[in-house]
Amino acid sequence: MLWIAWKMLIGNRVKYLGIVFGVVFAALLIAQQSSIFCGLMSLTISQIRDVEGPGIWVMDENVQFVDDVKPLSDTELFRVKGVAGVAWAVRFYKGIARARLQEGSYEQMILLGLDDATLVGAPAGIFMGSIADLRKPDAVIMDDAGYRRIWPGEPYRLGRVFEMNDRRAVLVGLTKASRTFQSFPIVYTRYSQAVVFAPRERKVLSFVLADASPGVPSEEVCRRISEQTGLQAVTRNEFIWKTIRYYLAKTGIPVNFAVTVLLGFIVGTAIAGQTFYLFTVENIRQFGALKAMGTGNGTILGMVLFQALQVGVVGYGVGVGLAALFGFGTRALSRLSFFMPWQVLVITAVAVFLIVLLASLLSIRKVLVVDPAIVFRG
Amino acid sequence: MADVQGLPPAFSASDGRDLAIRIRGVTKDFGAGGSLTRALRGVDLDVPYGEMLMLVGPSGCGKTTLVSIVAGTLEPTAGEVVVLGQDLVAMRRGAKVRFRRENVGFVFQSYNLLPSLTAVENAAVPLLIAGWRRSRAVDAAADVLDTLGLGDRLASLPSELSGGQQQRVAIARALVHSPRLLVCDEPTSALDAENGRITMELIQRIAVQPDRAVVVVTHDARVYSFADRIASMEDGRIDSVSTGPHGSDPTMPPRIA
Repeated sequence: MLWIAWKMLIGNRVKYLGIVFGVVFAALLIAQQSSIFCGLMSLTISQIRDVEGPGIWVMDENVQFVDDVKPLSDTELFRVKGVAGVAWAVRFYKGIARARLQEGSYEQMILLGLDDATLVGAPAGIFMGSIADLRKPDAVIMDDAGYRRIWPGEPYRLGRVFEMNDRRAVLVGLTKASRTFQSFPIVYTRYSQAVVFAPRERKVLSFVLADASPGVPSEEVCRRISEQTGLQAVTRNEFIWKTIRYYLAKTGIPVNFAVTVLLGFIVGTAIAGQTFYLFTVENIRQFGALKAMGTGNGTILGMVLFQALQVGVVGYGVGVGLAALFGFGTRALSRLSFFMPWQVLVITAVAVFLIVLLASLLSIRKVLVVDPAIVFRG
Repeated sequence: MADVQGLPPAFSASDGRDLAIRIRGVTKDFGAGGSLTRALRGVDLDVPYGEMLMLVGPSGCGKTTLVSIVAGTLEPTAGEVVVLGQDLVAMRRGAKVRFRRENVGFVFQSYNLLPSLTAVENAAVPLLIAGWRRSRAVDAAADVLDTLGLGDRLASLPSELSGGQQQRVAIARALVHSPRLLVCDEPTSALDAENGRITMELIQRIAVQPDRAVVVVTHDARVYSFADRIASMEDGRIDSVSTGPHGSDPTMPPRIA
């Protein structure tokens, strides 16, 4: 009987495509908007993800997210180092600096200062120069996207000079780095150099990066650090989610995307539901004939649900496929952030399932109550 | 199938033949209160096995309501309905669905073929409903269509067939599962005279058997000659039952077994 249901469904191509279009539209919009949202969220945490090595971030107790820097006293490093279970701890500077280029123009930059001795937090994707070059005087490494933003169309060239806080900075390397939420160029340098480039402040230490001794859980070490220093200590993963939660709660970004996703859901349901209902009404005599010939309500229900599910699967596949194509297509052409994790696929699948279920509800009611005697009425 | 409890094991017509259909005092109301319409007003009817009964009468006289009750697609308001030894009034809904699936074949006025299925697939539908495998059902349906002269149109869609051919597909669909009761609703009303005659000949040749009964609702006086008996309805009642040409005229051609 499912085979009959399938033949009935695809028999009227126009109606079939109409129903599928509704689901495709919804799946495309939900998957695409969710992926852009995830892309934006991933930008907010890119600087945490790019700092590989330390499992623990220590900061002022009032810090809410990665860009919410509240400087600490340099002595806090030693207090953290003194906590039992801390394997090592280093200083990390993060701030915004204004660079003056040789052409005379100014550019805001994200300035990251790495521990002078260990260079913990150094970027992993250096493709010109080397991390060791950072030990040279005034040395900085810049991210690829930042270079292309400052010197668009120009070939990569090391040795370029610009100024930060009236101090000379020399480009000694280029690296791949994840894009940030602010989209400013990222400049890596030594901590001691960063505090010279940074605007003058009494306290300059942004974060202490640390790691737990082998065999001691990071969560336990974080608890000890907080207890003994009064600072906020979180694992890398906790810091990522803390930052995401901040953007979710304190900005209008999720609401804007949720509204679009909701619209996609509603419009998709309306289109699919209306077309599916018309399809059912058009076939109501056929359903009546099947009931007259001895098809039970359970089988009829199964047929309608199968039709809805079939539309859902096709619509979902096409919609998500188009969303992925859109993402890959625009990634090369624009700076649109697009990140489609498996969770987006699951959320879209659940939404599409709900859409086809809602869309089929009216139809289900219609076919269940249809009187088999309808077939005797001319 | 077990006979109905509390009823004699078999009902007999006056001529001694067992009854396929026995209806007593059947009424059917639609609506309620001021808008109540009484479609049937105490109908009594017997149809023995091996008979083709035609229900005739003006529009709105209750023919379709009566045949719907006989086929088990409509509940009577009151009365006794025993079809093929089964009390349809006492039967639960699920059992009635099974009863229709196993025992009743339908030929509808507007064919009600599924437009997206081919002729042979349409004819196989009752077997698919009964749970047959598709390939086996289609093979069986192809045999029936071949008998009805449509062996070369098995793969045609209904839209590619003439009205007469579509009705033959509908007849094949009605007979493919060998039902013991065939219910035909205006089977010739959409056909020209020649196709109407062919259709009725087919129904008579294949469906009217000693262990089967056929009930035909019709307005078409051209096909009365195929009836064993003709029940004339008027205003929700059976006015008269007359013996049709097949039931009385010894000069009529014998049925083809």
